Amino acid sequence: MNSVICASDLVVTYGQTQALDNISLDIPSGQMVGLIGPDGVGKSTLLSLIAGARAVSHGQLMVLQGDMRDKKHREKICSDIAYMPQGLGKNLYPTLSVEENLQFFAQLFGHNKAERRRRIDELTQATGLYRFLSRPAGKLSGGMKQKLGLCCALIHDPKLLILDEPTTGVDPLARSQFWQLIGRIRQQQPQMSVLVATAYMDEAQQFDYLIAMNAGQILATTTPDEMLVQTGTESLEAAFIHLLPQNLRANYKPVVVPPFNPQNEQDIAIAADGLTMKFGDFTAVDNVSFSIRRGEIFGFLGSNGCGKSTTMKMLTGLLPATAGRAWLFGNELDPDDVDTRKRVGYMSQAFSLYSELTVIQNLVLHARLFGVAEHAIAGRVDEMAQRFALTDVLHALPADLPLGIRQRLSLAVAMVHKPELLILDEPTSGVDPVARDNFWQLMVDLARNDHVTIFISTHFMNEASRCDRISLMHEGKVLISAEPEEIKQQKQTDSLEEAFIGFLQDATCHQDETVSEQNPVLTNSETQRSPGVSRFFSGRRMLSFAKRESLELLRDPIRLTMAFLGSMLLMVFIGYGITMDVEDLSFAVFDRDQSILSQNYSLNMSGSRYFIEHPQVHSYDELDQRMRSGELSLVIEIPPGFGRDLSKGLQVDVAAWIDGSMPSRAETIKGYVQGIHGSWLAQQVRQMNSGVSLAGAVNIDTRYRYNPDVVSLIAMVPAMMPMLMLMIPALLTALSVVREKELGSIVNLYVTPVKRLEFLLGKQLPYIFTSFISFFILVAMAILLFKVPVVGSFFTLSLTALVFILFATGFGLLASVFTKSQIAAILLSTIGTMIPAVQFAGMITPVSALEGAGKLIGEIHPVSYFLLVSRGVFSKGLGFEDLSFAIVPILISVPVVMYCAVLFLPKQER
Amino acid sequence: MRKLKNIYYLGIKEIWSLWRDPTMLVLILFVFTLNIYTSAKALPETLHKAPIAFVDEDHSQLSGRIIDGFYPPYFMPPRLIELQDMDKVLDAGEYTFVVNIPPDFEKDAMAGRKPTVQVSVDATRVSQAFTGNGYISQIISSQVSEYLAGYRSNEPLPVELVLRARFNPGLEQFWFGSVMELIDAVTMISIILAGAALIREKEHGTVEHLLVMPVTAGEIMISKIWSTGLIVTLATSLSLVGVIETWLQVPIEGSKLLFVLCVALQLFATTAMGIFMATIARSMPQFGLLMILVLLPLQMLSGGMTPRESMPELIQIIMLAAPNTHFVMASQAILYRGAGIDVVWPQLVALLLIASAFFVIALTRFRRTISLLA
Repeated sequence: MNSVICASDLVVTYGQTQALDNISLDIPSGQMVGLIGPDGVGKSTLLSLIAGARAVSHGQLMVLQGDMRDKKHREKICSDIAYMPQGLGKNLYPTLSVEENLQFFAQLFGHNKAERRRRIDELTQATGLYRFLSRPAGKLSGGMKQKLGLCCALIHDPKLLILDEPTTGVDPLARSQFWQLIGRIRQQQPQMSVLVATAYMDEAQQFDYLIAMNAGQILATTTPDEMLVQTGTESLEAAFIHLLPQNLRANYKPVVVPPFNPQNEQDIAIAADGLTMKFGDFTAVDNVSFSIRRGEIFGFLGSNGCGKSTTMKMLTGLLPATAGRAWLFGNELDPDDVDTRKRVGYMSQAFSLYSELTVIQNLVLHARLFGVAEHAIAGRVDEMAQRFALTDVLHALPADLPLGIRQRLSLAVAMVHKPELLILDEPTSGVDPVARDNFWQLMVDLARNDHVTIFISTHFMNEASRCDRISLMHEGKVLISAEPEEIKQQKQTDSLEEAFIGFLQDATCHQDETVSEQNPVLTNSETQRSPGVSRFFSGRRMLSFAKRESLELLRDPIRLTMAFLGSMLLMVFIGYGITMDVEDLSFAVFDRDQSILSQNYSLNMSGSRYFIEHPQVHSYDELDQRMRSGELSLVIEIPPGFGRDLSKGLQVDVAAWIDGSMPSRAETIKGYVQGIHGSWLAQQVRQMNSGVSLAGAVNIDTRYRYNPDVVSLIAMVPAMMPMLMLMIPALLTALSVVREKELGSIVNLYVTPVKRLEFLLGKQLPYIFTSFISFFILVAMAILLFKVPVVGSFFTLSLTALVFILFATGFGLLASVFTKSQIAAILLSTIGTMIPAVQFAGMITPVSALEGAGKLIGEIHPVSYFLLVSRGVFSKGLGFEDLSFAIVPILISVPVVMYCAVLFLPKQER
Repeated sequence: MRKLKNIYYLGIKEIWSLWRDPTMLVLILFVFTLNIYTSAKALPETLHKAPIAFVDEDHSQLSGRIIDGFYPPYFMPPRLIELQDMDKVLDAGEYTFVVNIPPDFEKDAMAGRKPTVQVSVDATRVSQAFTGNGYISQIISSQVSEYLAGYRSNEPLPVELVLRARFNPGLEQFWFGSVMELIDAVTMISIILAGAALIREKEHGTVEHLLVMPVTAGEIMISKIWSTGLIVTLATSLSLVGVIETWLQVPIEGSKLLFVLCVALQLFATTAMGIFMATIARSMPQFGLLMILVLLPLQMLSGGMTPRESMPELIQIIMLAAPNTHFVMASQAILYRGAGIDVVWPQLVALLLIASAFFVIALTRFRRTISLLA
């Protein structure tokens, strides 16, 4: 038996934590191998290494007879491996339909159209998804999402199928169907190897071979039966605990739940009657009723998305119910009732502590907000720290703590004000079995000793069996609500899981989502293997990414609208608003002469179209006060004796006081005043003695070219174009890659044969198209709204715009590839585009007038050249010949920025 | 009392959050220090290194003298070009000004025949075109008259115009630029801090956590406003004294305390705005786009970049609803012109009114959408 995977001395470290610690293993081919262990022990890391999604840094890894560190080998076997990452539909695109998702993956692996159709139809018929082909993946139930993920993985006939926790958060019925499906696929394709990671020990029972992992190390590799024999235990869960190192299970003892003896049957802590929650036309919770007695542990059981969390949120007052009523401690639920809130502790599914506050800060803050008396806080915090064993980590930040301890902290925070009711929404998901049992022990103590009522949701069956009573929920409805024993009896089964499946089957018997057993999954496996995957650039793969990105963009109308409307709005606002024409300046005269000549002088001033005269100034104090308030930008002070001295031919000084607080405006005022003064002088001289020419020995004839009236709009509108065409396209693409990073679908880049350049270009294409349309809208606005005609070659402008958009979107991609979070990407692309476009491109100050670093940026940044082209075509009437010198630098910048983006985009996770 | 306590504790929590977020801290530090310094210093004087070329068809002493009259920092050292290249260099945008001195210029000038110098200006560069042309006319006139003075007497001008720029006698651009940059920083940081922080809480699920506690939406909002406000006010004050007054050596005329009061009012308005935007945007990408759409007009049209009175009337009226407009007006009056509260009280009242309106709108919207946040 040859091995499909052979690893030796694998080590992976994330910062301080060691995810994989010297792993060596050998997995035979054609087997179903289970990787068992709690969350966070390195299962997913190991799987992603095997799938080629993560780069091997230390150690050796051979998959399908080749070295995974060798790029050529990875490319060769890429299409032989199918990888389904952890998380419900993590690598699927939620806004795309089932059909579109499948088409996308099939295209990536190079099937032709007819072949794609045949495969999609067969796979979906076999999995019962055929009827839902047009439904968006995001609206499928958890089980269906996983089936779709499986279809996507199987579409290219893999030799090795890697499933990372495929059934976490899926209801038991869907889970058993999923395993049946896998079983049938294996019957038909016995040569296929399947590697599965799971946290459900009960599932692992049916695997051929098990690898038990803990804390980055392998505890045991053996068959399930042998594992039970070796450890002398009855269940794999117990076997796993037995395998754990001594120090971890030192203080482990099985949870014992003392029987519940209500002091008073009528003492109801929480009651619901006909609770219903609708989001649009989707009913999340449908007519749910129950009542929980004081001190009871009440479990809510069901798959992800069945309405558990929504029900809990309604009970805490977070969500107002669409219909129905609820009572807490006999009082009808009122979201504004602050006093009732103090009697409830809530711990939500998502970890919701302040990660920036230390453990003790978290505890103190919550105690204060819940109104614990100031003098009692220290004692209470101490008590909680003791009880939940947090004393050693009081000053640590939650993010640095292991998940199990964080869960304890969450519970401590929820308990700090001694509530009578605890609402816990899946508190134990992702916690290892030992920590989980410790956690349960704490809760049992709270319920039995302190008579705290506990309302808990879970999808672990063994936890459910510890509850006093449970409710089974499915698709918003409560199927049954009773004691665990009673539920088993009703269905005459040994386990709660089987009973649950029974109830689910009753509830869904009329639906034909169930799989028809006759349908073979893949009849064709021998007929047509996927064509050889092109090792070179493939236009088809790029287009399939482009198609997918466009579909996503089309389904986010808000973003699309903002992209178009945003640039239009900004164009209107700034185009109209920013103006270099300085007009309507306020001025006043301080006439200390009051002669005919002085009045003549001031009249000359107020006659100018640049100035608006305000009432005269009468004193220096007034002058000071009115200029300080900003009322007057200019005051002309005419000295006493102005008329008299002038007629005697004596030298007279007229003072112009200019508000210098805005220097550019002051300069303009200076120019105006000088001009008006000069023309007044010339006029006077002509009147007094017509003989001597004082107007100067030469004429200066100024010709304002391209914009004869020196209107700002003509200068500003072409200048706005480059700014908008840089900022908005860059911002659009800036989020495209980093979003996939945050949401997890980036893994498709890692494990499919797509090349980095195909991936980036595919993402870029729709935005290039969008931005190019936006460009035409802006040009149309310039012509129709602003009446700024295009006098030069429109073709040249459009061509340059297209090339420039390539650069701008490429820059966005670069920013996106570079950053880790969306907000950082926004920030980087904003700063990276706004500063060069506004300050250094020559929009207001020409590049040649800049200095230092600013000048350098202005000289090499394509936006300066697009500005030249834009102004050249709009205002100067130039054509391609004249402007080709400016187009070339833009053209050069495109491959440069794309090369950088490809360079910084890893094809594997590191 | 209980409310006040909650507001206080929640606000302290916000400050801790920021303190433990090094990226944000670095960003704030950059914006309030280096950013202000470089932006202020990068701004050239109004006319600075204007590119100019001459077509000298006269090649006389006088034409040489005129050309010598142009030198940095106002103008780039002039270059001589041929007549047939004139259109080309202007089209390419190499030069903003081209001066053409005709043949026999000196001879005609000496003979009093008033020859014509032609100045071609690239008017698409509006700001340089305006001021530059004034300077060019002056320089040519004075060079010619000085030259001719040696040959014939010239009567002095009987009336001298004395220009006195108040509040900024040297018309230093960076005096203006630094304070305007500070004002932009106040707006940007406060909107991001308040808005993005709320979106982040939404994403981390901590809003939900807050909502089940015995605190009200109003308390949550006010705590965010006061903590953000305090941080930004502090940063602004330090930047005003440390960067603008000490490092850049910009003299500050008016009362700094009054300016800080203005900043506080402005922050009240902008943080409320940030929260409002965060309740509208459903995700970080949408918030990013929305922020740019709001921030750009706020910064460009508030009167900090170009004079308000030159804007179209409609824009002037619309911008009256923006807090920035009043904030810019008041800051200019206080910092440059040394105006006191007797002068700027209308702006302060306007700011207070706008801020209160934003606050009420944001609170209403926050209350209404808060359940959707969770």
